[in-house]
Amino acid sequence: MSIRERLSGNEAVAHAMRQINPGVFAAFPITPSTEIPQYFAQYVADGAVDTEYVTVESEHSSMSTCIGAQAAGVRAVTATSSAGMAFMYEMLYVAASSRLPITLACVNRALTGPININNDHSDSMGARDSGWLQLYAENGQEAYDNFLQAMRIAETADVRLPIMICQDGFITSHAVENILLEEDAAVKAFVGDYTPRHTLLQGSAMAVGPYDTVAFCMEHKVQQAEAMKNAKRAILNVSADFEKTFGRKYGFFEAYRMEDAEVALVLIGSTAGTAKACVEGLREKGVKAGLIKLRVFRPFPAKELAAALSHVKAVAVMDKSEGNNGCGGPLYAETAAACYDLAHRPKMIDVVYGVAGRDCEVGDIERVYRHLLRIAETGEVGEKYIHMGVRTSEQEVL
Amino acid sequence: MAYSHKTELSKPERFVGGHRLCAGCGAGIVCRAMTRALDEGDKAVITNATGCLEVSSFLYPYTSWEDSYIHSAFENAGATCGGVEAAYKVLKKRGQIDDSYKFLAIGGDGGTYDIGFQSLSGAMERGHDMVYFCYDNEAYMNTGIQRSSSTPQFANATTSPIGTASTGKPQRKKDMTAIMAAHGIPYVAQTTFLGNFKDLHEKAHRAIYTPGPAFVNVMAPCPRGWQYPAELLPELCRLAVETCVFPLFEVIEGQWHLSYEPKKKLPVEDYMRLQGRFKHCFEPGNEWTLEAAQKDVDARWEQLLARCI
Repeated sequence: MSIRERLSGNEAVAHAMRQINPGVFAAFPITPSTEIPQYFAQYVADGAVDTEYVTVESEHSSMSTCIGAQAAGVRAVTATSSAGMAFMYEMLYVAASSRLPITLACVNRALTGPININNDHSDSMGARDSGWLQLYAENGQEAYDNFLQAMRIAETADVRLPIMICQDGFITSHAVENILLEEDAAVKAFVGDYTPRHTLLQGSAMAVGPYDTVAFCMEHKVQQAEAMKNAKRAILNVSADFEKTFGRKYGFFEAYRMEDAEVALVLIGSTAGTAKACVEGLREKGVKAGLIKLRVFRPFPAKELAAALSHVKAVAVMDKSEGNNGCGGPLYAETAAACYDLAHRPKMIDVVYGVAGRDCEVGDIERVYRHLLRIAETGEVGEKYIHMGVRTSEQEVL
Repeated sequence: MAYSHKTELSKPERFVGGHRLCAGCGAGIVCRAMTRALDEGDKAVITNATGCLEVSSFLYPYTSWEDSYIHSAFENAGATCGGVEAAYKVLKKRGQIDDSYKFLAIGGDGGTYDIGFQSLSGAMERGHDMVYFCYDNEAYMNTGIQRSSSTPQFANATTSPIGTASTGKPQRKKDMTAIMAAHGIPYVAQTTFLGNFKDLHEKAHRAIYTPGPAFVNVMAPCPRGWQYPAELLPELCRLAVETCVFPLFEVIEGQWHLSYEPKKKLPVEDYMRLQGRFKHCFEPGNEWTLEAAQKDVDARWEQLLARCI
């Protein structure tokens, strides 16, 4: 039986961690993820878990602690945001190349600088090439559900990669919603035990983290690339079992009113809720608007995404982080690349929005759809790289 | 039981040959000595900071380490070792492991005094049951002899070169062992390679078998960086101790103990003369560097004597 409870996204993730009872939690505070180690500290203080709770002196050390612990044969978890993730970058790559399925709760926040505590995706997008799996959530429920699936995906024998469970800072991490929580025993049964084949502490000695010379290093990087490809199957398998067990359906993305859509958005995270409201409003007015809410960014479901967009006339990719490449954000670059091989490519623009917490309302989303309708009608794409919601209206193309 | 060098050396090696460290390098000697200090039957996990030792002892697919070993980066041996130790604790708590493990971390002075300082300090403060060994060769040797905060004043290093306007490194050596003692951890020691290795062995053993965090700083000369003939390594270590450049001491539960007091403290120039990195100090006009080096050693020695009971 599921239990309906009022929780913030942070508390929901902490709750999932308690139910899983990982071996080691490496804790370091940073807004807006701080509540996760705080809730967990209370579980430790109350004896609700027997996890070793390691209060490190930095995020670099939290990821290093996770690497040591996971290599030693236990599940290691941590939580971070923004500059905390940036401070871990070096170790994110080490975790992935060492094939350690560590779980990180990423509460997305703008990457400094300038320093800003609000939500965008620049922190985890910056880590997109680090070799971590990345799952994103629209709301607290999805953050909770993704966390319950994380370890099984990451620990799959032909995957063995670390995984980031991302949610939007403050918007979902601090908003209190009704969330369906699963029973402890059901969660434990679903997640199962961690049984790595080799560890530092069991069986014969093991060595981790070699100096990998030119003679072998590329083979190891290719194996890692293969593992990322294999993760697609693992995600679908675990998601299917999750649906069978708990009744909530997940895939690479949610295609919302896409069957007959002529104009569509591709976006990540909590903005999907706003966009769905907009789609409903437009549909009532006869506009064939659709939405793709990407759940899985790593591995990038290029083929599936392209197929879902193949019949659409005009697409706006909504990037909640700046690409700083002079031509668009990361989601746009990958979506455009995914669609390149389509026989009939949709017209496509990039809308960078919500940077550093800039609000995005239903009306803003509607302006994007209206812009797409003009593109679909005229066939003229115009400016492809647009920033939405900036203070000086002259900059607005929409 | 009294220390017997012969008995100790008859134990199976846990850091074996085939590694690519230079002839006359101190790092490999530290590795053999610290693993020899493990009681037979006790298993160990070695955590290693990036450096000469790491790139010379674990080149895929070969390793010189008989025990489990993990390297993850340069600046985080403390935290990585702490993570392994935390995993061991939880496995013990859950009854999922029977063996008895010890946790040894090792890094050079770059990975210890400088870039790894924060991670080490954190791990010590948190109280992980581990020993951190520093093989102190007084510069970034792996990248080609750049100065570190452990490099002594006047040493010629590639980022503190001598020149018409320079007599080598301007700054004094950081007193890392005292800083570690200030963490209030149960055991801190300073040692080097002397005679039958009794001092190093006993300190390593005490560090490993003292519950909680411990730190052992081992002077480990580098023939390339210090510029001495490889066979002079033992003589250099002896002179470092006899001149009080690198005194032997322990800090046990906050109590400072001097391990050895030279009968006749030798002048520091006896130690410096054997090393190419100080060659310029002996040139006419640079006499003041020898005087300054002596003054610094004297002051540190007096301070140490005052601390010791």
